[in-house]
Amino acid sequence: MKKLALTVNGKKYLLSPHPFSRLLDVLREDLKLTGTKEGCGEGECGACSVMLDGKLVNSCLVPVLQADGKQILTVEGLAKKYLTPIQESFLNCGGAQCGICTPGMLMAAYALNRNNKKPTQQEIREGLGGNLCRCTGYCQIIESVQKVGKTKPSTRKGKSRS
Amino acid sequence: MAWVGKSTLRKEGEKKLRGDAKYIDDITLPNMIYGVTVRSPIARGVLRGIEYLPGVNWSEIVKVTAQDIPGQNYIALIEKDQPYLVETNINHPEEPILLLAHPNKHLLEKAKTLVKFNIDPLPAIFNMAESFAKKEIIWKDDNTFKSYAIDRGDVQAGFKNSKFIFEGTYETGAQEQLYIEPNGVIAIANETEGVTVWGSLQCPYYVHKALMPLFNFPPEKVRVVQAETGGGFGGKEEYPSVISGHAALLSWKSKLPVKMIYDRMEDMSATTKRHPSITKIKAGFDNNKKLLALDIDFTIDGGAYTTLSAVVLSRGTLHAAGPYYSPNVKIRSRALATNTPPHGAFRGFGAPQSLFALEKHMEFCARKLNSNPAIFRKNNLVKKGQLLGCGQWVKEEIKIGSVLEKALTVSGFQEKRKRFLATNKNKVIKKGIGLAVFMHGAGFTGSGETFLSSIASVKATDDGKIEVLTSNTEIGQGTNTIFAQMTADTLKIDPSDVEVVQPDTAHVPNSGPTVASRTCMIVGKLVEQAALDLKEKLFSSQLLNKKHTRKEFLGACKKYIKDVGELKGTSQYKAPPNVIWDEQRYQGDAYGTYAWATYVAEVSVDTRSYTTTVDKFWAVQEVGKVINPTLAKGQIIGGVAQGIGYALYEEVVWKNGKMANARMSNYIMPTTLDVPDIEVHFAEMPYAYGGGGSKGIGELPLDGPAPAILNAMEQALGIELTQIPMTPERLMAKMNENSL
Ligand code: FES
Ligand code: FES
Repeated sequence: MKKLALTVNGKKYLLSPHPFSRLLDVLREDLKLTGTKEGCGEGECGACSVMLDGKLVNSCLVPVLQADGKQILTVEGLAKKYLTPIQESFLNCGGAQCGICTPGMLMAAYALNRNNKKPTQQEIREGLGGNLCRCTGYCQIIESVQKVGKTKPSTRKGKSRS
Repeated sequence: MAWVGKSTLRKEGEKKLRGDAKYIDDITLPNMIYGVTVRSPIARGVLRGIEYLPGVNWSEIVKVTAQDIPGQNYIALIEKDQPYLVETNINHPEEPILLLAHPNKHLLEKAKTLVKFNIDPLPAIFNMAESFAKKEIIWKDDNTFKSYAIDRGDVQAGFKNSKFIFEGTYETGAQEQLYIEPNGVIAIANETEGVTVWGSLQCPYYVHKALMPLFNFPPEKVRVVQAETGGGFGGKEEYPSVISGHAALLSWKSKLPVKMIYDRMEDMSATTKRHPSITKIKAGFDNNKKLLALDIDFTIDGGAYTTLSAVVLSRGTLHAAGPYYSPNVKIRSRALATNTPPHGAFRGFGAPQSLFALEKHMEFCARKLNSNPAIFRKNNLVKKGQLLGCGQWVKEEIKIGSVLEKALTVSGFQEKRKRFLATNKNKVIKKGIGLAVFMHGAGFTGSGETFLSSIASVKATDDGKIEVLTSNTEIGQGTNTIFAQMTADTLKIDPSDVEVVQPDTAHVPNSGPTVASRTCMIVGKLVEQAALDLKEKLFSSQLLNKKHTRKEFLGACKKYIKDVGELKGTSQYKAPPNVIWDEQRYQGDAYGTYAWATYVAEVSVDTRSYTTTVDKFWAVQEVGKVINPTLAKGQIIGGVAQGIGYALYEEVVWKNGKMANARMSNYIMPTTLDVPDIEVHFAEMPYAYGGGGSKGIGELPLDGPAPAILNAMEQALGIELTQIPMTPERLMAKMNENSL
C-alpha cells in the first residue's frame, strides 16, 4: 500500500497506518503525540481538536486517509522554548484546571486568533463553542483569550523549560 | 513574603499547556494489552451460564469471571455488598459479569458482541416509590441502605404554635460528573510483585483498600499511583476501585500489563452519578414570619449497592435545614435501593439535593406570606449562639447576613425584581431574578476526620528541595499550587522550592481521600504542621535561628541531611477543641466549620421555545482566607457552571434502570454559549484550624445555582417550579398546567 505523507508540527512523516484509523489514533499511537486528547470519540467535546491545513477539526472524526499530504498542527507544535502568548495567558488567567480540555481549547483559541486578533466576548464564545470544559465554567478561558499578549510577564523565575 | 493570598501560577500548569502532562491513556507499558468489561443486558436476574459464540478465536482472548478471583469478591468500601464480578445474582443493567483482554482493541469490541449470557430474569424496581413500597425486596430485608432521624425540640408543639404552615415536595434528578477524561487505569498483578495500579483517580488509598481483599494481599503488596487526572468531581472517588480491580484481575490472569480505558458511553452509563432525590418539607412560622418548626423528609436513590450512599445521605441530612434557625426540627432521611447502577459521590455530596428543596421551599413560603424573598430569609438566618438544624451551636460570629446584603447590592436584586415584575407583562421573553442562601460544611462529617486520623509529611531532599507528601490528588482544583504556597509561607521559602510529590501509596502517607472540600482546609493544615515539625528539628539541632532567611533555611536543611540524616516533619490530624458530635442522636458539631454564601441568578425565559438563559450570575461567599484568588475563583465559577447544568440541561433519561442518553450529544452539559458572566466575591474571615486560614470551597458552589435559577424562573413566570432539571419539555408541561 502507498504510504501516507503527513506533516505534523512541521515535521514530515511517512506512515502506513491501519486504513480505518482516525487521525487522532495516528497522532497519539503512531507518532506518540499524546498531547491531543480523546474525550468522546464522536465529535462532541473538542478535546481532540487540531489544525488540519489551517482549519480547526476534531481529529476523532477525521479518517487518517483524508489527512494524506496535509499539514497538521497539534498542541505540541505551539510552544518552542517559551510558551506562546496564548499559553502564557491561559497560565496567568486560570484557563487550565485539570488540563484535559486544554490542548483542544488552545487549538480552538489559536484558530480564532489567526483570523481575528481582537475577538469580542461573543466571538470567543462562538469560537470555543465546540470545546467542552467541565472544570472552569469557561469564564477564565474566555478571559485568557481576551488577554492574549496583555498579561503581565509571569512571576516565575525561569520562563522556559530547556 | 506571604505567598498565601497571592495568585501564584498553577504549579503543573506549564506541562498541561504544552501537552506534556501524562494522563493515564498517554502511558504505554511494554507488552501491555487492553481490557474490556462485558456487562449484564438486564436489570435483575440470576446468571445461569456464559456462551462464547463463534466469530473470534476465543483461545487467544483472556477471559476473567468471578471464578478467577484469587481473593474475595467484594469492592471494599462501607458495606461488602458489591461484587467485582457477578457470581449468580444480577442487580443492575450495567453489572460486570465478564472481563476480556487482548492486544487488539478492535478485536475486543467484536468479541464483546459474541458473548451470550444465559439469565433467568427477575422483576426489578426502578424508582424510590417502588423501593419504599417494597414492591420487590432487592437489598437486605427492607431496601434501605441507611436512614437517619434527627429530633430537636418539639416539632408537634412548634406546628401547634405556628400561625402559618406550608408544605411542599421537591425533586432532583441524577447528574453525570462528565469529567472530560473518562475513567481509566493500567494494572500489573502477579504473585511475586503484588499489584500495582496507575490511574485517573481521586483517592489512592480507597483503591489500595479495595485491592487488598481482592487478592488477599497485605498492604505492602498493593501499590496505587495517581496519574495526571482529567477531572473528578466525585466521579473518581469510589469508582476507580472497580476498574482498577478489573484491570488487575485481567493482568493476574494474562501475566501482562493491562490498560482499561472506558469510552464515553460506557463511562456515562456504568459509572456513578449524583443521587436523585425527593424531599418533602413542612414549615411552620409565627406571627413575625419566623420559623417555629421544620419537618423534613429526605429520600435519595442509591442504586443497586451501598457504595457511599450512607455518607451522601448523611451530608444531605445535615444540610437539610440550611442556614436558618428553627427551634424545633425533625428530619427523617433514607437511602433506598433500586436496580440501577449505584449512584455515588458528586461534588456537593447530598447537600445540593436537600438545599435545593429547602431554598425552593423558603421561596414558596415567602411568596405565600407576601414577603420579599431576601428579607424573609434574612429574618430567619441563624445567628451566633443559636443552633443549626443539625444541632450545632454557632459559636463564632458569622457573616452570612453581610454576605446576603453584599449579594443584593452587587446584583441590584431588589431594583431588578421590581423592574422585571413591572415590565414582564405581555413580553414573550420574560426576565427574572432569584437567589439562594446556603452554607456548606467542609471536611468529613461528625467524627469522620478523627476516625480517618490523616497523616501528612514534609521532607527535605539532598538536592535542596522541600517535598510535600500526602495522598491528596491534584485533579484540577489546585492541590499542588496551594500546598506549595502554604509550605513556602511556613518555612519562609519560595513556592518553587517546594515539590508536591505525585501520590503513590508506596511513598506517601495516608492523608485521607480528596473529597469533602477537605484538601485545602484539613490537609493543608496538616502540611503546615508537618512543615513546622521539620523546622523544629532544625531549631533543636541548632542549625537554624528562629529568625532566618530562605537561603539560611535551605542551607540548614542540606547541613542537617549531611550531618544527621533524613530530615522529615510529620503531623497527624487532631480535632479542633470543643467539637462534639453525638453519633447516637445524630446531632452536634457536624462540621468543624462552614462556608456561607448567597448566589443570585438573573434569567430570561422564552415563553415560545420554553428555553431559559442565565444572563448573569453573582456568587458571594465567606470562605475563610482565600489562598489563591485565581484558583479559588476558578473553583467557584466551575462549580456554578455545573450547577447551571444541574438546574436546566443535564437530564439522565432512564430506561429500565439504564441510562438511555449516555452520549455527550444527548446528555447536555453547558458550553461556552450557555454559561454567562459569573461574578465572584469573597468575604474573608480566616479560620484558625484551616490551612492558611482557609475553609473548604470545592463543593459549596454546587449548592446554590439550581435553587437560585429556579427561583428566578418563578419570578419571571409567576408559577411554582419544584423539580430539576427544568428542561424545556418540563417547563412546557408546567406552563400548560398553569395555562400560560
Ligand atoms: S474526542 Fe473528538 S470531539 Fe471528543
Ligand atoms: S480544565 Fe478540566 S475539563 Fe477543562
